[in-house]
Amino acid sequence: MCTLEKRGKIFFLTLTGDGADEHRLNPTLIASIRSTLSEVKSQSTRGTVLITVAEGKFFSNGFDLAWAKSASGGSPSEAVNLLRHMVRLFKDVVADLISLPMPTIAAVTGHAAAAGLLLAMSHDYVMMRRDRGFLYMSEVDMGMTLADYFTAMIRSKVAKPDARRDVLLRGVKVKADEAVVKGLIDSAHDSVEKVVEAAVRLGEELSKRKWDGEVYAEIRKALYPELIGVLGLTTKPLVKGRL
Amino acid sequence: MCTLEKRGKIFFLTLTGDGADEHRLHPTLIASIRSALSEVKSQSTRGTVLITVAEGKFFSNGFDLAWAKSASGGSPSEAVNLLRHMVRLFKDVVADLISLPLPTIASVTGHAAAAGLLLAMSHDYVMMRRDRGVLYMSEVDMGMTLPDYFTAMIRSKVAKPDARRDVLLRGVKVKGDEAVVKGLIDSAHDSGEKVVEAAVRLGEELSKRKWDGEVYAEIRKALYPELIGVLGLTTKPLVKARI
Repeated sequence: MCTLEKRGKIFFLTLTGDGADEHRLNPTLIASIRSTLSEVKSQSTRGTVLITVAEGKFFSNGFDLAWAKSASGGSPSEAVNLLRHMVRLFKDVVADLISLPMPTIAAVTGHAAAAGLLLAMSHDYVMMRRDRGFLYMSEVDMGMTLADYFTAMIRSKVAKPDARRDVLLRGVKVKADEAVVKGLIDSAHDSVEKVVEAAVRLGEELSKRKWDGEVYAEIRKALYPELIGVLGLTTKPLVKGRL
Repeated sequence: MCTLEKRGKIFFLTLTGDGADEHRLHPTLIASIRSALSEVKSQSTRGTVLITVAEGKFFSNGFDLAWAKSASGGSPSEAVNLLRHMVRLFKDVVADLISLPLPTIASVTGHAAAAGLLLAMSHDYVMMRRDRGVLYMSEVDMGMTLPDYFTAMIRSKVAKPDARRDVLLRGVKVKGDEAVVKGLIDSAHDSGEKVVEAAVRLGEELSKRKWDGEVYAEIRKALYPELIGVLGLTTKPLVKARI
């Protein structure tokens, strides 16, 4: 599932389950992540930062299709309904992250595919190990279109039309260095230890800025008008500084 | 005019007429292309791919202004009407290509100007020879504004504001390598033969993915919301995977 830990000013959200655990986003894990983010939000103060990591070989391999199949009672249309259910539930996780009143960093420690890639990209900063793991939007290969908030996220965070096409329409599997070139992530690091260290270093730098979390969240949302429209979020003007 | 040929899984749409034939887009050629695309669509199966090529020195030099003049009976306003007619007819070709249920590759083997450049850019992948030929949006030099779907295409596929300005507002003539830098095309190749070979190689790679064509087309349309709005197309969610 997922755990929450605080070290100094940094919250660590860890997708737990070592080895070959794919951290598939089923309703239980989604609820666990939302609960964790709610806790983080309630404890946020100036200087707090969130870092999301995962144990084992995978960051997250997306929605739990095996769960949808097994819970469907053998009905393919029911399995599709359950997938759509997870798509709806996960939209709230993305909305939570885009509204979170503190800087967020994803340390991509393994493969991130489909909704798992969306989870990473919902953070302000994304770093990844270069020695293993790839990013992959599997939908074109799986034979399904993408949810509106998926394409809105890609359009918001990936500038180059050819990169968007390669990721969504060609289903490329992108290792970290190429992910930097394509604009999917910010930086690539030599190993899992190094990427977590880099995330912590960045977290500490961002923490020193002691930003007002409410203002931070409003400015973040204003960066992504198309995305927040799709997520049903709005922005409001704030002046909290003493002029 | 144009011919359609199938070799293995790859459809070749060829703008025929060698040498100095400019493959001007007049109503007859436009209808011929639409008919060929309709045929491609009806024969599409998992793994089929379309490659568009042209014979001779030109890929296409745009709308047939000479035809508009000669068919106008000496009336300048009638000539403009006939141009507007071609603009309307060609919009459907672009809509057909953006909706086509298979990957599309334009192999630009010569000059591509105005509507001819639009034709190339309506494909998922565009490659060009580097030794001859230029891409050119001639409208600013000709003294005419661009149809809505022309600017929507440029905005959808060319990210850099300075590149858009150079192409539309400065009317630059862009050779293969510079076209890659500007983001107009994907790759440049040493000769006419080499660019067709590269298109076939890419086509074969894409073919191996055996994508569901209906899903592929929906994902493609979702990449270009502004463009499909202007073309009057919509998207729909699909789950065709067996979960």
